[in-house]
Amino acid sequence: MSLALPTGRARARLSATPGQIALALGIAVFLALFLVWPSATVIYVAFTEKGGGAFTLVNFADFFRTDLFLRSFWNSFYVSAMAVVGASILALPLAYITSRFAFRGTALIQTLGFLPLIMPPFVGAVAMQLFFGRNGSVNLLLDDWFGFKIPFMEGLNGVIFVQSIHYFPFILINLSAALRNIDASMEEAAQNLGSSGFRLFRRIVFPLAMPGYIAGASLVFVKVFDDLATPLLLNVKDMLAPQAYLRVTSIGIADPMGYVIAVVLIVASVAAMALSALATRGIDYSTVQRGGGGLARRKLRPYESVLAYLTVMLILLLVLAPHAGLLLLSFSTVWSFSPLPDGYTMAHYARIFGESSLYIKNTLIYASLAGLIDVVLGTAIAYLVLRTRLIGRDALDWAASAALAVPGIVLGIGYLRAFYGVKLWDGTPLASLWIVIVLALAIRRLPYALRACYAALQQISVSLEEAAENLGATKLRTVRRIVTPLMMGGMLAGFVTSFATAAVELSATLMLVQSNSDAPLAYGLYVLMQSAAGRGPGAALGVIAVLLVAVCTVLSHFVIERGRAMPQAGH
Amino acid sequence: MHRLLMLSLCAALVSTAAFAQAPAGKVTVVTSFAKDVTDPVKKAFETATPGVTLEVQNRNTNAGVKYLEETRSGNQVDLFWASAPDAFEVLKGKGLLQKYTPRASGIPEKIGQFPINDPAGFYFGFAASGYGIMWNERYVKANKLPDPREWQDLAKPVYYDHVSIAAPSRSGTTHLTVEAVLQGEGWAKGWGTIKAMAGNFRNITERSFGVPEAVNSGQVGYGIVIDFFAFSAQASGFPVKFIYPTVTTIVPANVGIVANAPNKAAAEAFVEFLLSPAGQQVLFEPGIRRLPVNPDVYAKAPADYPNPFKDPRLNAMIKFDVAKSEARNDVVDVLFDQLISFQLDSLKAATKAIHEAEAALARKDNAQARALITQARELIAAMPVDETAASAKETASAFTGGKQKGARQAELEQQWAVFAKERYAQAQAKAEEAAKLAK
Repeated sequence: MSLALPTGRARARLSATPGQIALALGIAVFLALFLVWPSATVIYVAFTEKGGGAFTLVNFADFFRTDLFLRSFWNSFYVSAMAVVGASILALPLAYITSRFAFRGTALIQTLGFLPLIMPPFVGAVAMQLFFGRNGSVNLLLDDWFGFKIPFMEGLNGVIFVQSIHYFPFILINLSAALRNIDASMEEAAQNLGSSGFRLFRRIVFPLAMPGYIAGASLVFVKVFDDLATPLLLNVKDMLAPQAYLRVTSIGIADPMGYVIAVVLIVASVAAMALSALATRGIDYSTVQRGGGGLARRKLRPYESVLAYLTVMLILLLVLAPHAGLLLLSFSTVWSFSPLPDGYTMAHYARIFGESSLYIKNTLIYASLAGLIDVVLGTAIAYLVLRTRLIGRDALDWAASAALAVPGIVLGIGYLRAFYGVKLWDGTPLASLWIVIVLALAIRRLPYALRACYAALQQISVSLEEAAENLGATKLRTVRRIVTPLMMGGMLAGFVTSFATAAVELSATLMLVQSNSDAPLAYGLYVLMQSAAGRGPGAALGVIAVLLVAVCTVLSHFVIERGRAMPQAGH
Repeated sequence: MHRLLMLSLCAALVSTAAFAQAPAGKVTVVTSFAKDVTDPVKKAFETATPGVTLEVQNRNTNAGVKYLEETRSGNQVDLFWASAPDAFEVLKGKGLLQKYTPRASGIPEKIGQFPINDPAGFYFGFAASGYGIMWNERYVKANKLPDPREWQDLAKPVYYDHVSIAAPSRSGTTHLTVEAVLQGEGWAKGWGTIKAMAGNFRNITERSFGVPEAVNSGQVGYGIVIDFFAFSAQASGFPVKFIYPTVTTIVPANVGIVANAPNKAAAEAFVEFLLSPAGQQVLFEPGIRRLPVNPDVYAKAPADYPNPFKDPRLNAMIKFDVAKSEARNDVVDVLFDQLISFQLDSLKAATKAIHEAEAALARKDNAQARALITQARELIAAMPVDETAASAKETASAFTGGKQKGARQAELEQQWAVFAKERYAQAQAKAEEAAKLAK
């Protein structure tokens, strides 16, 4: 684990204290215990020889000899890169308009723009097909009126379309947080020097917000690279993550190839993360000034205002169409080969009313605990990487990022393997406790929080900490009183992303849920969405999941804005 | 001495049996069935057996098998409850099930040609299901398509791009459908039929319910599915129809008691309940719609409910050889994946070219072009392995993981994929040549 690069990082002027070393060791143990070891119990098969179990690399040679896997690799790469482009096109205008201008409904847009990330499994797919599919509402109407159809959801382009919509909030959230972190004085200085308009944005604002954009874009890339749900829902199988999943969960369960692909996914994800870190390394994004309350918000002229609203509305309309479909589906009786449902009913909500409270409670507990663990770990890892010279600190970062690439099913099986044998005092296996679900969720969502915290810390000048220490503050006090408050925006972004995505996670959960009383919402959805009669109730449960996460997001925004407003009152 | 031992053993058995009389507490079942199936059964079972609560853990069949395997050291599960008989065969083979002899009466030995219970006594059929074709009436009407009767019908040009199926490697029930066609028509001819149909596939889904879901919402016209998907969709009001083709099979869905079940008494009570007339009648619920295995309860069935014990069509179905199916299980799945699922684009391109050439020939006949089309069809139907090789131990051992030496799964897969890809390309070229000749 000693992979530290001897970089001449000017940032890391502070040396390590015993407390920091202890912290690093603690995190290393946590990651080893709950990520590396469980995954290794499953993935080691990739390196074993058929018939003997001896160490071999022949399986990797097989990977490169198989047309299907090579094709899958390039498809995954192409789709991920294009999804970053698509997601940027959707996210940049929203982030720019809401952060730069005095714009009514900024909070609403930020919340709505966040919703696509929360697409409940299965129902989300059905709703999307009913809207954009070959015989979805849009295409049925187009065919009726103009006699042609648009293949939104066909093949690789379909995957790019859906993934761009699904994951653009990663860029939106991180970029918005970064934009808000830029101090107005930077902008004023530029204006005093004669810069304005788009040039000001291009030369000053955007570069300063770069860590946020990179954090978001790298997440989109890696997430799309490792995502299997969307390609499978579009029946695209020749991509890497679906290939790994299909093999591990069926005929290839005893075969090394599925795990070889998992290793390839992990290596590619870590490489992408490392590349994005390289892109921002060596450039100083931090600013010393604090307290200006972010960028000055310019008032829009009437025609600009119309244009801005139009852009925002168009984007929101597109990205929220799946949710609109979901809402319709939850109220519909039968919806089949028609632009709109045959009829409407409240019966689906009535059916799930009783049992959903349990699911909601479990989901809230699991997702918020997981989010909390993630933010604490994410902040700690970001701090160790950016502020210390500890040997192996980069390994922590990479190990945590690799979690993104470990397929949920692999982690699920790994947890069973690693913890089912561990018995508690009364003989119940450790793996049957619900806390194990929380740990699995936390590990799977850690990269989101980590990237957000990392970007936030990158924007804070180390001089602020040095100043505090010169004034006699201890390291701990500096972190508590200076670093944490300044990072709050990024930490919140991290918490919200981890929380929201953990709330609808299924693949690892499905393996670990031991009883209905411990089941989260996503599991309830899965159980419902296996039958024709369960479609409506499933959609209703999906709507509840989306609302739940949206309300929590708004609440946390509210809390953080209030926390931010207080010190500024005397400014 | 021996007799004494036997006697005391018998006494011990009787006394445990006596203890087993009063099941109580929590009984845990791992199942692949949807909530719409498990909820009514749970309710009826708990009413019929006071003091017992049924804890349902929903997992898909493969994950369920994997789960039992991974947790066998400290098993907490009492029952396994799912459709596909082959999953039970796998569990039985791994020693994860225990023997039991149900006391329920009135259930015949066989349904169609299929034994209802595992002859070795490890799992028990509680409901029957047949395979067939389901379609969306609105879709069919809008696209002006005819109703199919047989599997071969789906290979006709008119159905191009309108049919959907689940991958047999992902869906135990589809696997049985494919196997039924292979056993009914023979290896070579059966694969020919399957590939000719596959040329018309819109997509191949990775879970069983993906197919009925796509048909229900009208994204595809026709789906190759197990009957209850269609019946329960009809009961929920979806505009769908269903038909059993002649070459199909009726297969029981099963329940089995897990080895070292923590609550064996309650597990047995659940099995008995499922097989009792009360339990059998629950299957008529609109959300379930499966065929009971007790012929007597059909007296209480809703109108127009198919009865496999009376329907001559369902009785004439082929004899299904479970041992044969089991021996080549993995090979059939991988062949389907490598020759069809992952080559679907080139297979469809070749099929489309043949359809076009035939349409051209219908307008202006040409003997040479006909010969080319026959060759193209043969190229598509060609198989990289014959029936004997498919069932051979050497082939099967490539898919069982690290234990045996021999060919690696990835090697065989690449060979088969290349075999199919080359032939599909040649078939397409020949068909295009034929189309030119017919012009």
